[in-house]
Amino acid sequence: MMKTATTTIAFTLTATTVMAQTDISWWHGMGGRNGEVINEISQQFNDAQQDCKLTPVSRGTYEEALSSGIAAFRSGEQPNILQVFDAGAATIIAAEGATIPAEDLITGAGEEFDRDAFIAGVRNFYADSDGKFIGMPFNSSAPILYYNEAALEEAGVEPPKTWEEFEEAAPALKEAGYLPMTASQLTWMMVENFKSRNNQQFATNNNGYDSVEGTEIIVNDENQVMMFEKLKAWADDGLYGFYGAGWADNLKPFEEGEAAMWIGSSGSFGGLQQSADFDFSAVHMPYWDAIEGAGTQSFIGGAALFAMSGKSDEENACTAQFFTFLTSPETQVYYHKNTGYVPVTEAAYELAKSQGYYDEQPVAEVGIQQLMLDGGEWSKGYRMGFYPQIRTVMEREFNRIFSNEVEVQDAFDTIQTEGNALLARFAKTSS
Amino acid sequence: MTDMTVRTRSADRALLLRLRAWYSAETPNPAKRVQFDRPLTPWLFLMPQLAVVVIFFYWPSVQAVTSSFYIEDPFGFGATFVGMENYTGAVTSSQYAGTAAFTAFFCIVVTALSLGLGLLLAVKADKVIRGASSYKTALISVYAIAPPVAGLIGMMFFDMHMGPIKDLAAFFGHDLRVGIDYWDTAGALVTISVWKQIPYNFIFFLSGLQAVPVSVREAALIDARSGWRRFRDVTLPLLAPTAFFLLVINITYAMFDTFPIFDVVLKDKPANNPMTLVYKVYLDGFKGNDIGGSSAQSVILMVVVAALTVMQFRFLERRVHYG
Repeated sequence: MMKTATTTIAFTLTATTVMAQTDISWWHGMGGRNGEVINEISQQFNDAQQDCKLTPVSRGTYEEALSSGIAAFRSGEQPNILQVFDAGAATIIAAEGATIPAEDLITGAGEEFDRDAFIAGVRNFYADSDGKFIGMPFNSSAPILYYNEAALEEAGVEPPKTWEEFEEAAPALKEAGYLPMTASQLTWMMVENFKSRNNQQFATNNNGYDSVEGTEIIVNDENQVMMFEKLKAWADDGLYGFYGAGWADNLKPFEEGEAAMWIGSSGSFGGLQQSADFDFSAVHMPYWDAIEGAGTQSFIGGAALFAMSGKSDEENACTAQFFTFLTSPETQVYYHKNTGYVPVTEAAYELAKSQGYYDEQPVAEVGIQQLMLDGGEWSKGYRMGFYPQIRTVMEREFNRIFSNEVEVQDAFDTIQTEGNALLARFAKTSS
Repeated sequence: MTDMTVRTRSADRALLLRLRAWYSAETPNPAKRVQFDRPLTPWLFLMPQLAVVVIFFYWPSVQAVTSSFYIEDPFGFGATFVGMENYTGAVTSSQYAGTAAFTAFFCIVVTALSLGLGLLLAVKADKVIRGASSYKTALISVYAIAPPVAGLIGMMFFDMHMGPIKDLAAFFGHDLRVGIDYWDTAGALVTISVWKQIPYNFIFFLSGLQAVPVSVREAALIDARSGWRRFRDVTLPLLAPTAFFLLVINITYAMFDTFPIFDVVLKDKPANNPMTLVYKVYLDGFKGNDIGGSSAQSVILMVVVAALTVMQFRFLERRVHYG
């Protein structure tokens, strides 16, 4: 690989008469420690070679990064690399011509690209229906169940693998004086990853991968409604606590030791180590034993990097070089250890393992193991336009469910209707 | 959003003055009129302001109207002309009517409370003799807090896990759940917005009160013993121009400038919580990337604001007496 990189450098040098560095830009939506790590990685890339200079720019949140990337693209001021989060993936992938598929970019620059080097759960989410990588998987996470070790011990229960086991364990936890469970971002945990973990179809047209035209969401089915009827019943019995749509509001009871379990992101691990003053561990996100074929891998959350079109060949070569640098096991492991996001390649996972990282931090392995579970027909990913808006509709209806304003079935019928209206609108954007 | 704020802040006052001149049909005193000997000179002076208005208001408005008739790919690759579909879609959506009703409710409540409390505090502070300036400073200082910061401070009080106001409500037997319960969130939003706006009204009312001539007050003192009657018959009419100005500003505030407070309180995830029409425009346009739908909503909003402004000047301003 080093050799190919050098040839590319040599090519770039002969192509440009002036021996200047090529500047490329990277817009992202990360803050806090995760934002710092992005700066560190960019610096490592700049130190590793002389031809390209990468400048990362924080554009606020995920949504803000996508919006400003779109606005910039429309006025011809787009960055070379834009970070786009899972729910926004359909928007940018549907806009063919806005990006150069990551795979084409890398092979076009004369470097190697091996799809199978990536772990299974990552391969399809940002790819087209033929499996070609459009986005470059970057920070990837999985929803996992964290638990307070002392609380479970006190109640004499094991961490649940399935929801059936949770139903058995929860009353004992309640008896021991704990709120058995909270969960952040129900859209991601209890809809999207309910679908993936239980191998349930999420949308027509092969979960939306085959075509934008005529794609319909599937959420008012028996199983999905059952999941929320259970949640509602658990909430009424004091076995589950619902604290609105905000991420932190649902995390807080766990951090404060009131809740025994919390469903969050594998990427929350680093933050929890600082905020929780008790011993905690994690297991996979539960699934329903009663559902046939359940227990499959989860969708990846997080975000991917997209190479924007309309850039010079020299800049694209630099972007390709950076993508290759980013997937190198060393960079991946550095990122994995510093943020809690999972490594996206098998080689990186093996490297972290051989370094004994998971012996020190077993929790860090839970997310990646979940993403490496067997894939089912419907656990590869989903692709729906205007999906951030569909999530907004879901969040509204969930609040209404838990404040007794609406029945679960009616809420999901509403989500189905409004979601399909949004999908139909999205289909019109591309024609 | 920034251009929206810029527009409401500076352009509203200019608009107010222009419309006032238009409706009251006053001819400026010819003796005071400044004459330019070259016809281009006045335009030269107007250029900076005009440029700002054109760039930040007219041009985006035209763009909004155009895109409101299309369903557009966010990146600008494709667009389908859909006629009025964005408008009908927006107006008939289950959310829109509720949001519009809440916006109206929110405007009325916030305007009434912040004007009322501002006036009350101004009248009381006006009467204070000892330590007057420290009272005034204490009341005015809140104005220096930026709306997002006001939102953050407010949310510390209303936090569903450790907010003192939650404890206070629990003491009275109410389980306050801001962020989950619609009306609890509405109450928090109104409280924070009113708190933020009172000092502004206070400053204007206080200066209005201090502009009431002492001779008039003394004359009133002879005519009426009751303090309330003196206030109602003499002070209030003299405050009317100030009050009218503040009414316009407060409605604009409640409709547009409370945006940062909503943004902080709703924590980016509105769910089933109340929001204003402006916040919905932002949500659909910037978070949902639905440019057509969002544009249609902002055009509707523009029409509503224009109608509201005309109504205010037509019906209300006639009753205002400028001293």
